[in-house]
Amino acid sequence: MIRALKEKYKTEQVFWGVIFIAPTLIGLIMLNLKPAVDTIILSFQKSTGFGNQIWTGLDNYRRMFHDVEVWQAVGNTFIYALLTVPAIIILSLLVAVLLNQKIKGISIYRTIYFLPVVSTPAAVAMVWKWLYNSDYGLINFLLSKLGIQGPNWLTNPHTALLAVAIVGIWSAVGYNMILFLAGLQEIPKDFYESARIDGASPAKQFFSITIPLISPTLFFVTVTTIISSMQVFDLIFMMIDTTNIVMPKTQSLIYLFYKQSFILNDKGYGAAIVVLLLVIIMFFTAIQLIAQKKWVHY
Amino acid sequence: MKKSKYLGYVIAALLLVLGVSACGSKNSSQSGKKTTISYAIWSKNQEAGMNAIARAFEKKNPNIKVKVEVTPWAQYWTKLDAAATGKNLPDVFWMHSQEAYRYMSNGILMDLSNVVNKDLGKKNYPQAITNLYTLNNKVYAVPKDIDTVALWYNKTLFDQAGVKYPDSSWTWDTLLENAKKLTNADKGIYGLGAFNTAQSGYYNYIFQNNGKVLNAQGTKSEFNNKDTQAALQFYTDLILKEKVSPSVQEFAENSEASFFESGHQAMGTFGSFYMNEFIQNDYVTKNCDVAILPKGKTRASVSNGLGNAVAANTKHKAAAIKFVKFLGSKQGNVLQAEKAGVIPAYTAVANHWVKAFPQFHSQVFVDSLKYSKVLPHSKNTVKASTLETEVLTKVFSGKESVDKGTQQIYSGVNDILKQ
Repeated sequence: MIRALKEKYKTEQVFWGVIFIAPTLIGLIMLNLKPAVDTIILSFQKSTGFGNQIWTGLDNYRRMFHDVEVWQAVGNTFIYALLTVPAIIILSLLVAVLLNQKIKGISIYRTIYFLPVVSTPAAVAMVWKWLYNSDYGLINFLLSKLGIQGPNWLTNPHTALLAVAIVGIWSAVGYNMILFLAGLQEIPKDFYESARIDGASPAKQFFSITIPLISPTLFFVTVTTIISSMQVFDLIFMMIDTTNIVMPKTQSLIYLFYKQSFILNDKGYGAAIVVLLLVIIMFFTAIQLIAQKKWVHY
Repeated sequence: MKKSKYLGYVIAALLLVLGVSACGSKNSSQSGKKTTISYAIWSKNQEAGMNAIARAFEKKNPNIKVKVEVTPWAQYWTKLDAAATGKNLPDVFWMHSQEAYRYMSNGILMDLSNVVNKDLGKKNYPQAITNLYTLNNKVYAVPKDIDTVALWYNKTLFDQAGVKYPDSSWTWDTLLENAKKLTNADKGIYGLGAFNTAQSGYYNYIFQNNGKVLNAQGTKSEFNNKDTQAALQFYTDLILKEKVSPSVQEFAENSEASFFESGHQAMGTFGSFYMNEFIQNDYVTKNCDVAILPKGKTRASVSNGLGNAVAANTKHKAAAIKFVKFLGSKQGNVLQAEKAGVIPAYTAVANHWVKAFPQFHSQVFVDSLKYSKVLPHSKNTVKASTLETEVLTKVFSGKESVDKGTQQIYSGVNDILKQ
């Protein structure tokens, strides 16, 4: 193989190539790859404190398969993903299409939609926690003006995850909108012009021109949104108190990982939970990579 | 071609040299005459007080500089754990009884037995606090402060309801009876707060009922104790049956003290460590005061105390020990009482703390020390109390009976302590 490479590239080129990608490569190996491998190793160990571990084989995994809390968290994570992913994709595509027109003050609208992305997640969660408060929260106050008795958003097991998901959607739309906007601006205007001449309705134009042409962006957004929604943590951590009765019904896998690793100091078990999440995410991403051949047009 | 190859080597060599020199400069700054030691704490409220003590210490020891570093409680232990793993601990830091065992048993803390017992004099501190940081007859921290719990009440709400202020004659019956009178559902006012917190909340009731949380050695749960269960039943009834307290849901949406601080809760059990927060709240200073806890079968108040620990592998051993000695000294404790707002562990100067808070009857906290019970702790307090909180959330919200809940805690905690 080395000989084949040597014939194809000049040593000089390889040398400089390596030098140039070194900063990224070293960063990737040290900050991403090595910790990932360490985590997998840690999941087969039991930590006895302060970086000391003993090898326990599959103990953590055996315990995990009998742990109701873990499977409840898997369920919670899936429900959260189901609530947020379709909404994020549809809303951000909709906003991107609407903001891809020549209207006055377009940059102001774009800024408004992008603002949640720039805000600190912790601060966002705190403000939303106030909005959701059942006593003095703005949301229930407005609902009461309409004659509706609002639910106890964050302490009712039926609404808590939905409440968290709404914040998740609200803060993710702006970022994906920007990606879609970039995709939309790549589409040549003449396609729409000729479609209009042929008498295609705006809806027809959207489904026959826009969707196929931004399918690479759509694919990218779908993959990243699913991954990030499976990794939800900060919103739950900030908005659901540990003494809240809905905690078992809202905690995600990452929250459980945090609890086991950093509150209960069971780092080995925490690592096993995160490996489970890794497997789940890899599974869904693999399915998408196979399915994309059918609908993504490059 | 050759030229560019050399250029690459030159760049690589340059990077190496730069890296090495960066490390070198770090070392050289330490070789100066002035030693800097770090002091890690978690309370923003006490930052000014700790800095005042550090400055007073620097005045006495001009060649030592103390850097006070504040990390909020939630991140403090994660950070300390990582620092201990990476052998990069702060020189001096706060220790809490909940976490102490792990650090003491793993050789992370320096043995300060001589400092506490001989140099400072162990008689100066309550034995119970020294015991929290003692393992196999070795003392690993200098007692820093001590806290107790008392009954805070809202004078204005008491006047409106025509109820006499709480005093030493109060029992559980008086407490419940008056809490009912003070509760006004239409106005959203509750008589009492029964929140899901051990130290400020239900542990006090358990001890007042002669109940226990753990056995004397801290190796077995006592949640199957009849008195413990009866106390928890009384506490649960305050929320669910008598409805004199905000519900678990209401407390989860707001902070523990928010109902009291906004005039929606007439009475609440809060520890002396709330003093710094209450003093900054205009509503509380104008309308509220504090009295001793009502008597159950016996008088009791939960007490805990922090310690100042030194890293076993500190590079500045002499300076760090000098500093903890100052922290534990009479002068350091007077400063702490006046500037940091916590009851000093040095028993003789507790009156300085009382004088610092003339707005309230602060003396009741010091008086409570006479019959205080130490906050229960074991070799894995964090795991045990996390389980306890999770189960009691269900009990206090009526999803689980006291009998079944305490049984779950009993067997769960015993499993944890066996590990």
